[in-house]
Amino acid sequence: MNALTLWFHKIGSPPTFYRIAGAWAPWLFAIALALGAVALYGGLFVAPRDYQQGDAYRIIFVHVPCAWMGLFAYIFLAVNAFIALVWRIKLSEILAMASAPVGAAFTFITLVSGSLWGKPMWGTYWTWDARLTSELVLLFLYLGVIGLHHAIEDRRQAARAASFLALIGIVNVPIVHFSVNWWNTLHQGSTVRLMGESHITGSMVWPLLVMALATHVWFFASVLARTRVGLLELEGGKDWAREVALADAPRDTVAAHV
Amino acid sequence: MKPGSTSAACAALLRRDLTLIWRRRGDALNPILFALIVVALFPLALGPEPENLRRIAAGVVFVALLLSGLLALDTLFRGDYEDGSLEQLVLSPHPLALLLACKIAVHWLTTALPLLIVAPLLAEMLNLPHAVFPVLLAALALATPLLSLIGAVCVALTVGMRRSGMLLALLVLPLYVPVLIFGAGACNAAQAGFPFLAPLLWLGAGLVLALVLAPLACAAALKISLS
Repeated sequence: MNALTLWFHKIGSPPTFYRIAGAWAPWLFAIALALGAVALYGGLFVAPRDYQQGDAYRIIFVHVPCAWMGLFAYIFLAVNAFIALVWRIKLSEILAMASAPVGAAFTFITLVSGSLWGKPMWGTYWTWDARLTSELVLLFLYLGVIGLHHAIEDRRQAARAASFLALIGIVNVPIVHFSVNWWNTLHQGSTVRLMGESHITGSMVWPLLVMALATHVWFFASVLARTRVGLLELEGGKDWAREVALADAPRDTVAAHV
Repeated sequence: MKPGSTSAACAALLRRDLTLIWRRRGDALNPILFALIVVALFPLALGPEPENLRRIAAGVVFVALLLSGLLALDTLFRGDYEDGSLEQLVLSPHPLALLLACKIAVHWLTTALPLLIVAPLLAEMLNLPHAVFPVLLAALALATPLLSLIGAVCVALTVGMRRSGMLLALLVLPLYVPVLIFGAGACNAAQAGFPFLAPLLWLGAGLVLALVLAPLACAAALKISLS
């Protein structure tokens, strides 16, 4: 067995991954918080007011990175689901299922922040714009995956069924996006664009990119923390899980639930 | 047909499923009644003005048929799962996807086709202009098999769950969105005097794709939930 395969098998084994994830997750959370704070400062205080939208545009520093993460998390979910179904790797099943609630949360934040921005800008919290609609369908897809995963008793079977649904979903996402675009443009062209006329300037771009980085780091920290819990749940009867539980149960489970 | 061949197995399955449904033919009326009642609720909620109803008629008929099909989906595998014959299907030496395609075909014939037949009545109840009827029927003829095929994949994932109704809706409805958009879109375009061929062609393309892929996906999903 060459070194790469050996490394792959090692990191894929639940006890090793549990240990590595435990070491990484707190640091990733800290980095994400720090980056997020910097980006928020940049976005709320350093970046200039928009000549058209005033201060209301500043919600994009939360909205846009979360929207990117909603899609990124779904791709991460689908890739892991594919690996889980084809090669039956236990870790991928758990990683896929751990990323679903995080992605759903990002999508939800996108919808909420978008509608809060829409009220002063468009005069309404919700409009059946093509983008909003496809984002809503994406949220439903997430909720379907989570719902199916919780509805089946056997954990591994649940993960495989939900993974399968996630793969059907990723075929559906571009179709929904395309059909919704077509549907909306049939009635009327979209009158409001997200970015408006304003060409975005450098002092507005860097907080956005830093925030995007922060949400990515947060995503991985959260997925690692959730994966640790998932591993313990799945491997509850194994020796290593018992050792972990006996070693420092209260502190560890609290940390893992963050 | 040689006994034991795949075609004989498919024929036997078709005959068995049709016989089972014929023995309980009263049940076959339920989707129609459901769709009728749903359509009847809209004038009660929105008021009886024909102008208002005409505008939403095609969409309401589409949604009523979609919901009715959703409720009927549960019966696709329920009985076979409970008496164990579904496991025998999975274990049989014949290609599972083909056998499932037969089951889905029977399901479509017995739940969606009657709905298709009453669709003009539903549209008439909502004062849909008669010129739109052919488009509505064409769109439904393309859309309902597509809905059955997509739904079968999802229902295969929830097979064996005790209360799967709400969950099934959550799984299926996001996948139904494009079908609804194209189907109802074609009718609305026809009603407004726009060209309506493109969405119908898209529906047809989707149906062809689903005819090939959905039975395979359904077989894979069934193997996951019966493992």
